[in-house]
Amino acid sequence: MTTQHISVTVNGEAREADVEPRLLLVHLLRDVFGLTGTHIGCDTSNCGACTVHLNGESAKSCTVLAVQADGAQIKTIEGMADGATLHPLQQAFWDQHGLQCGFCTPGMIMQAAWLLDQNPSPNEHEIREGISGNLCRCTGYVNIVKAIQQASGQLQAGESAPVEAAATTAG
Amino acid sequence: MATETLQTTPEVGGMGHSVKRKEDPRFIRGAGEYIDDLNLPGQLWLDIVRSPYAHARIKSIDSSEALKVPGVAAVVTGKDLEGYKLHWMPTLAGDMQMVLPVDTVMYQAQEVAAVIATSRYAAADGVAAVLVDYEPLPVIVDPHKALEKDAFVLRPDRAADKQNNHIWHWESGDRAKADAALAAADVRIEEDIYIPRIHVASIETCGCIADWDPVRQQLTLHMTSQAPHAIRTVLALVAAGAGLPISEQNIRVKTHDIGGGFGGKVPVYPGYVLAVAASFLIGKPVKWIEDRSENLQADSFARDYHIHAELGATKEGKITGLKVRTIADHGYSDAAADPSKFPAGLFNVITGSYDFPDAFVEVDGVYTNKPPGGVAYRCSFRVTEAVHAIERMVDILAHDIGKDPAQLRMENFIQPEQFPYKSPTGWEYDSGNYPAALQKAMDIIDYPGLRKEQAEKRARGELMGIGICSFTEIVGAGPSHDFDIIGLKMNDGCEIRVHPTGKVLARIGSQTQGQGHETTYAQIIAEELGFPVADIKIEYGDTDTAPYGLGTYGSRSTPTSGASTAMASRKIRDKARKLAAHLLEASEDDLEWTNGKFSVKGSPDRSKTIQEIAFAAYTNFPQGMEMGLEAVDYYDPPNLTFPFGSYICVVDIDKGTGQVNVRRFVAVDDCGNIINPMIVDGQIHGGLTMGLAPALYESITYDENGTNLAGTFMDYLLPTALETPAWEVAKTVTPSPHHPIGAKGVGESATVGAPPAIANAVVDALWHLGVRNIDIPITPQKVWAILREKGVS
Repeated sequence: MTTQHISVTVNGEAREADVEPRLLLVHLLRDVFGLTGTHIGCDTSNCGACTVHLNGESAKSCTVLAVQADGAQIKTIEGMADGATLHPLQQAFWDQHGLQCGFCTPGMIMQAAWLLDQNPSPNEHEIREGISGNLCRCTGYVNIVKAIQQASGQLQAGESAPVEAAATTAG
Repeated sequence: MATETLQTTPEVGGMGHSVKRKEDPRFIRGAGEYIDDLNLPGQLWLDIVRSPYAHARIKSIDSSEALKVPGVAAVVTGKDLEGYKLHWMPTLAGDMQMVLPVDTVMYQAQEVAAVIATSRYAAADGVAAVLVDYEPLPVIVDPHKALEKDAFVLRPDRAADKQNNHIWHWESGDRAKADAALAAADVRIEEDIYIPRIHVASIETCGCIADWDPVRQQLTLHMTSQAPHAIRTVLALVAAGAGLPISEQNIRVKTHDIGGGFGGKVPVYPGYVLAVAASFLIGKPVKWIEDRSENLQADSFARDYHIHAELGATKEGKITGLKVRTIADHGYSDAAADPSKFPAGLFNVITGSYDFPDAFVEVDGVYTNKPPGGVAYRCSFRVTEAVHAIERMVDILAHDIGKDPAQLRMENFIQPEQFPYKSPTGWEYDSGNYPAALQKAMDIIDYPGLRKEQAEKRARGELMGIGICSFTEIVGAGPSHDFDIIGLKMNDGCEIRVHPTGKVLARIGSQTQGQGHETTYAQIIAEELGFPVADIKIEYGDTDTAPYGLGTYGSRSTPTSGASTAMASRKIRDKARKLAAHLLEASEDDLEWTNGKFSVKGSPDRSKTIQEIAFAAYTNFPQGMEMGLEAVDYYDPPNLTFPFGSYICVVDIDKGTGQVNVRRFVAVDDCGNIINPMIVDGQIHGGLTMGLAPALYESITYDENGTNLAGTFMDYLLPTALETPAWEVAKTVTPSPHHPIGAKGVGESATVGAPPAIANAVVDALWHLGVRNIDIPITPQKVWAILREKGVS
């Protein structure tokens, strides 16, 4: 079976592999490098669970061949925290209950990080548009939006959205 | 009822605190362990050859080319399984389903053969190389046609007296009284309502690693299951039936982290059984991970109910009777996961939130050439179908007699003082306050203001609608006298061990797929025993260690395992009282329990904390007492619980495109006492979105050849953040009178309540044009066609 040698930098670490030309980047990350935080949720690039950063751009790693990533800088969810210190988005997703089953979360966080990189202070519509390539089946997106607002400094931890503050009293 | 009301500090984090989730640190770092993250030494991969035809005879399967593919180890066909009597398997509904067909395929995408190989890619190569010769057969897609006299029989394997496509008939209520009520009614409305086939589409698909150890005769099945103990028992029974040496003490089912369930991970799919069979035959671990297209085309579906409803009322709008006839399309096998006595689930809760004496409901299950199933989609056993029907009918009645839909509901509600309320189909609703919930929703959204705005807009020719749904849920299956699945009573356990240093390990029979059980169950224990949530570890999903349980679906975890967790905690507190009496040299009767400690009445400084008592349980216990501080409880609920709520939805419709825009959606829910408000709100946000989805976007349809037309996420439209409105949520609190902590369950309320609120809003916007009903999903195409037909531009 023909293989091709590739070199990539993943989360700051130089990695090499001999791969079949048809190997998807997401399978390189998960099955070859053991970085299983990047998930697979569909066959058609709709769900975004596999979102990583490829040379600083958000990319769905199920839609990129590993050989196309030869020489690239790749960042995955495993590279977001600085040791014990969480990335502000990781902290915000936890604070705002922006995840339930957690399966879409790594892709959602990677996409949100890229969004904030492009637009450090997005309004709610811009946030919703910015994550519209990532599907979540559990949260209804409300708290994901709040988490991104918190990470961008627009909402404090523990702060609720105004509509809820007005409504969540026992009757 | 709670014997002692406990109040905890935020540091302890008992009931009512929005404790941040204990499971989140691993998920936000990408360190969760989902099934496809796990790989075992020597593992092989299994992939599946699927049928392109919805109905066909298999003339031959040629594996020779596949076996030449590098890495392919074996190809398994139905004929191979037949030798082990494993080619058919029982469903949870007591029907039979093929693992692999020997001669006939029954739906498009059905499993036809399995390829086992050394890698994911090699297995896929092998699948592409298997040559199957089919002879296409006629296809039945429409369940009504399946019931026609001359329809061919889809399941000739059934008994001689069942050589037709009718699976079962189920009815509830009094037909004669319902007929009489309808005959005597001033107003009688009649409507066909179709609730389409949909798919849960959890973002993680299904999968497993079957690991048979031939030396130890041990099967470990790592899998995506919402009900691991039931799976273990089913496997043991199937193995015994096939004469295989796999007995239940040597079967271990482990779930790890699960990426969403919603009912889709309750059934046993052929892929799991194939992986087990392959591992058994080869003696190596075998991994099967479904693609999304396989998941959408072959896994169990939800809904597919063809409902005909008749509602009678006085001319003032007082409901007097209801009669409902339904055809349930189950595909080629009834693979629902309903309790045994309830083949149509709890569909007979269809009288809803309204007080009227006479109702009759009947359902007929039917076979077609579609995937088997009938599981939930975040819905407690067919309650969504029931709520959609009654809430649409009530709305049509209101519009027909010219009464405001909110007013009509208020006038027909079961009143708070009527609880416990006996429904005409036999349920005893435990508690409720329906007018309060609707009034609260109306106040939040300014209902009178919206009606005024609507009138002004209508005068200008704009299309705006307001829709209400006042639903009653029925969850927490259930009491052992009525509820079982394949004979297993639906009671769930909790086992609590308090360690000497005052730290707690608790194991539960229910199974989280994102609900946050590691946090909420710890909060129940914190509330009952005063240990801080941080000191409590919750485990589940390993059948070797967790107590038995029927799993998590139907919003049953809090009503069942949640109750057993409270009851096991109370058993521990009872023993702690004896230990405290010993330590304090006082009578048990002289002790009082507050804030995590026992103190002598009148001498609050003479006290022992629960941590001191835990240490004494291992170091200083009275003669004659057993060492340790542990308890197990299996809770048999005396009744189901009945969460409820009122939702109000406002839509604007684009006349040019037919696009429905949900402008506002207020959801007032009552799930009884709340363990964690943050998590409850999250459940409701998610449930509302899974209600929006089938209301406006999702449905699985088939062409006349039985080909699935929504087999990928390109065609099966899950709402993104852009389609999803900013939900507005609020609560009323009516505790369950029989649940130990007064809770009711909440996971599915919003999925049940949202679709009719949205559909009612759309019809409300179009009623003046002569529109009475639009079946969901209400796509722009449907609305556009109606607008053109009515001459609106």
